[in-house]
Amino acid sequence: MSTSLQVALERRRRGGETGFIPFITAGDPTMEVTVEAVRRLVRAGADAVEIGMPYSDPLADGPTIQAASERALRGGFQMPDLFRLGPILREAAGEVPLVAFTYANPVYRWGWQTFAEDLAKAGYAGVIVPDLPMEEATPLREAADRAGVALVPLVAPTSHGRIERICRTARGFVYAVSSTGVTGVRKRMPEHLSRFIDDIRRCTDLPIGVGFGIGTPEAAAAVAEAADAVIVGSALVRILAAITEEGRDAGDVLDDLETFARTLVAPLRRAEK
Amino acid sequence: MTEPGERGRFGRFGGQYVPETLMSALEALEKDYLKWKDDERFRNDLHRFLTDYAGRPTPLYFAERLTNHVGGAQIWLKREDLTHTGAHKINNTIGQGLLAHYTGKRRVIAETGAGQHGVATATVAARLGLSCTVFMGEEDIRRQALNVFRMRLLGAEVVSVSSGTGTLKDAMNEAIRHWVEHVEDSFYVLGTVGGPHPYPVMVRNFQRVIGDETKAQILEKVGRLPDAIVACVGGGSNAMGIFYPFLEDEGVRLFGVEAAGKGLSTGLHAAALEGGEPGILHGCFTYLLQDRYGQVKPAHSISAGLDYPGVGPEHAYLYETGRVKYVGVTDDQALDAFHRLAELEGILPALESAHAVAYTLELARKMDPDQVVVISLSGRGDKDVETLMRQQSGLGGDSK
Repeated sequence: MSTSLQVALERRRRGGETGFIPFITAGDPTMEVTVEAVRRLVRAGADAVEIGMPYSDPLADGPTIQAASERALRGGFQMPDLFRLGPILREAAGEVPLVAFTYANPVYRWGWQTFAEDLAKAGYAGVIVPDLPMEEATPLREAADRAGVALVPLVAPTSHGRIERICRTARGFVYAVSSTGVTGVRKRMPEHLSRFIDDIRRCTDLPIGVGFGIGTPEAAAAVAEAADAVIVGSALVRILAAITEEGRDAGDVLDDLETFARTLVAPLRRAEK
Repeated sequence: MTEPGERGRFGRFGGQYVPETLMSALEALEKDYLKWKDDERFRNDLHRFLTDYAGRPTPLYFAERLTNHVGGAQIWLKREDLTHTGAHKINNTIGQGLLAHYTGKRRVIAETGAGQHGVATATVAARLGLSCTVFMGEEDIRRQALNVFRMRLLGAEVVSVSSGTGTLKDAMNEAIRHWVEHVEDSFYVLGTVGGPHPYPVMVRNFQRVIGDETKAQILEKVGRLPDAIVACVGGGSNAMGIFYPFLEDEGVRLFGVEAAGKGLSTGLHAAALEGGEPGILHGCFTYLLQDRYGQVKPAHSISAGLDYPGVGPEHAYLYETGRVKYVGVTDDQALDAFHRLAELEGILPALESAHAVAYTLELARKMDPDQVVVISLSGRGDKDVETLMRQQSGLGGDSK
């Protein structure tokens, strides 16, 4: 049985540490790679793993994750596979909770209620839908609450007067978007990040995960000063892309993935601070 | 008439399905739009630009030879093709450009398919001294080289989008992504009655000038309202513009013509209403082409301007209420209509508009000679001449 998202991340916070939440795209390039990547990421110290459902029009994502989506879709990955994959990933992840990441249309097509129930059955502890702001999220949130799946909301630097209302709807953790823009590694972290996180913290006791743009141990360390968890996607997805784009051996690439994940985790752990 | 309810819903359609980063910008846009739209200075500016710069009102023209050729209802053309830049798109870009100007934004961004909206945005940006970036799919850049050149001449930066199908859908994804990153200093000039609220209602209100003029002109010229109005529908802004003032006139039949491409049964079409299902794309809940798992399917049309898998949410509402009848016209039918209008009236319509002409030819034939049908001739065909040249050489050479 997996630990709930909130509990998994609070455990780190209580220990004075920062959690690590890696993201990978399911089925990029195959289900087998996804399963093994989750196993490696957990071994490297992940506290939760985000599993991206490939989508044709991922408008919150930058080129790296768009390309991963295209590869996975070309490989035939579809929504039923996300549910089929769940129990296998659960086994690979042990105690570590899984969070699905998808877009509003595939969820709407599957049915808000059915989607939440199927997620729960497949062993996902939470879900993130970046194009479902709180105003449009009610049907899914109610269904997710009933199914016991945490609908994790995003808060942006432009959210201003909306933060309190968003936090009131939050489950699991609050996903703070580090800066305006789409997913993708950035050279520098915005200066006002800690003030932004303080604004969120005033509105909620839930852990705060920070994502978008974090792709180096330095950036992870900088964000860790304020955040309860650091979310890394594109930098990991880019490593896995080498299997398809450069024809490299999957085992070697997975080794690279694990090694790199360890360098990200190192500055987040107390022993290393 | 339909006024959107909470968060821009037309019935169940519309909404704001966008990344959280944009929500404040959409709230601000709605507030700004509501503030300025009734402001006297704004209205005067808008009116001045529409008349002296864009060339409004556009004529309502009786197509006598086309009418005689068909042998049915009188066919009238609302000549949006005669506006500055050559399409109805200018009405909306003047409105949104002024709004950007009034709210102190120095930079506008836009997406474009056939390039008409891009040209119109670049034009207005030049006139108002705003910098302008236009996103365009690489496939459309190939199909519409002339409009790409025009945009560059007007000082706009044209960004080629290679993701997905390299058409309007992907240009729109990229424009939204770019807006997410530059939301604090950029105004997104959206080109159709789609996207998140308040765009669908705002764009329709900037385009309703087409229908308002048509109504006044037909009353003056014919002495009564038309029996039918026909307009092409991609995203559907020219259609909403001409339909809207007639929605409560029950005697006026309204027809929206979607691109049936190579035929609805082939799967190669852009008919979101007849060939699609409800779903969420580019910020709104509407009808779209998608597979059973909600992956958006590529659209196909010979016309880059109609080559879009979605449709504005108000059209989805009018489709379900039945107030507007939506029909499909194939690439071949549109091409045939293009030639008929060119040869009988000396007018080269945009391939988009040729779809509306094609359906009208069928419709008017079944109507009585004392009946009146108005076509929204949304744009002129200059930009499509190259497509037609390729088409003709593909058909085995030019014998004329």
